[in-house]
Amino acid sequence: MSEDIILPSATSLSKLTIHDTSKTGFGYNPAIGPISNSITSETSSILINKRTITLSSAPSIYERNITNKKPVEINLSSLSFLFCEIVNWTHGQSRGIHDLEMKLNKLGYSIGQRYLELIKLRDGIKLNKRDLKIIDILHFIHGSFWKSIFGKHANELEKSQDVPNEYMIIENMPLLAKFINIPKDYADLNCGAFVAGIIEGALDSAGFYVNVTAHSVPMDGFPLRTVFLMKFDQSCLIRESIH
Amino acid sequence: MSSYYLAIIGTRDNPIYELEFASFKNTTILSSPSTPNTPPPIPGKARFAPNVKELLPFIANSSLDLIEDAQFTSNQLNLGKIDTFYGISINAFITPGNIKFVLCYDGNVKEENSIRSFFNEINELYVKTLLNPFYAVNDAIISPEFDLKVKQLARKYL
Repeated sequence: MSEDIILPSATSLSKLTIHDTSKTGFGYNPAIGPISNSITSETSSILINKRTITLSSAPSIYERNITNKKPVEINLSSLSFLFCEIVNWTHGQSRGIHDLEMKLNKLGYSIGQRYLELIKLRDGIKLNKRDLKIIDILHFIHGSFWKSIFGKHANELEKSQDVPNEYMIIENMPLLAKFINIPKDYADLNCGAFVAGIIEGALDSAGFYVNVTAHSVPMDGFPLRTVFLMKFDQSCLIRESIH
Repeated sequence: MSSYYLAIIGTRDNPIYELEFASFKNTTILSSPSTPNTPPPIPGKARFAPNVKELLPFIANSSLDLIEDAQFTSNQLNLGKIDTFYGISINAFITPGNIKFVLCYDGNVKEENSIRSFFNEINELYVKTLLNPFYAVNDAIISPEFDLKVKQLARKYL
């Protein structure tokens, strides 16, 4: 029987086993491979007759419109409350400043991965391009990426004069840090580590391996001015020189 | 009537979703009885020969080298037809987050545009999956709703 060939795929074996079968005939099982969701006479007739079936009680996330171009604005106060609680919770979990920044960075990382795909999708099919050069992707982060998160472009984008793989995005008035006052014994802490994580997540998933850190560099009139320092991996520079 | 094999490949070259299907179009032609004992073929079910079926994941994986070559030379999301292997053609698509969609199909399909639309819609479905906080990058997509949506797209475009 040719139908009995099982081609298991190696990932996520912990979630579903080869004994898990779908009741509805829909759903991919990585432990079994493409046999698990191959089209049967039942599912085929559902598809051909365009019958609607309900697979779960909750409204499906796949029915929602995510390409709406109008910006969805949320209240700064509620965002600040939420971020305050995030910092507070992370602070309780961590052992020292460095650890706290690492944890904030990690929380931001997964946001960055998601936002990159979402914003590129919202740009539309015509404008939708992958950025191949460091400078292109940085323009994107500094421009439309920043705008859809914070409602404005970042203030400056600079390249380090001494080190070839270092770039900086400078934000004079970081939105999330507006209501944060750093205590004296936490002098080095910058809660922009969360935003740095967002940048890092977006750049990493675009294929630019990078390490992003946030540093407070106050200036006259801008006491919260933050510099996001990006150190690209050598492999990115080597790739740029080849292509 | 061609058969298709779709694989969504993660950033670590791991498959996160696979589907075998056939074109839903022209199903009436096939209902003509060939031999009386065999049941009529199920519309939409892939009709790859068993020896090809075994090879499909390998064909998809071997095309990853070509996709990676194109990854940083072409700025398009849809790479078009990138390879052929013993009559199996391979089309590919890379999302901005470097998730690859690979579509292997037999027969000489010339509908580049419908494959492009198919990929674009799959991309939107993928982003919707990704926005779910319980889904992490490179996890397998086991949602039955995702599977249903992909099959509906397959019916619509291919």
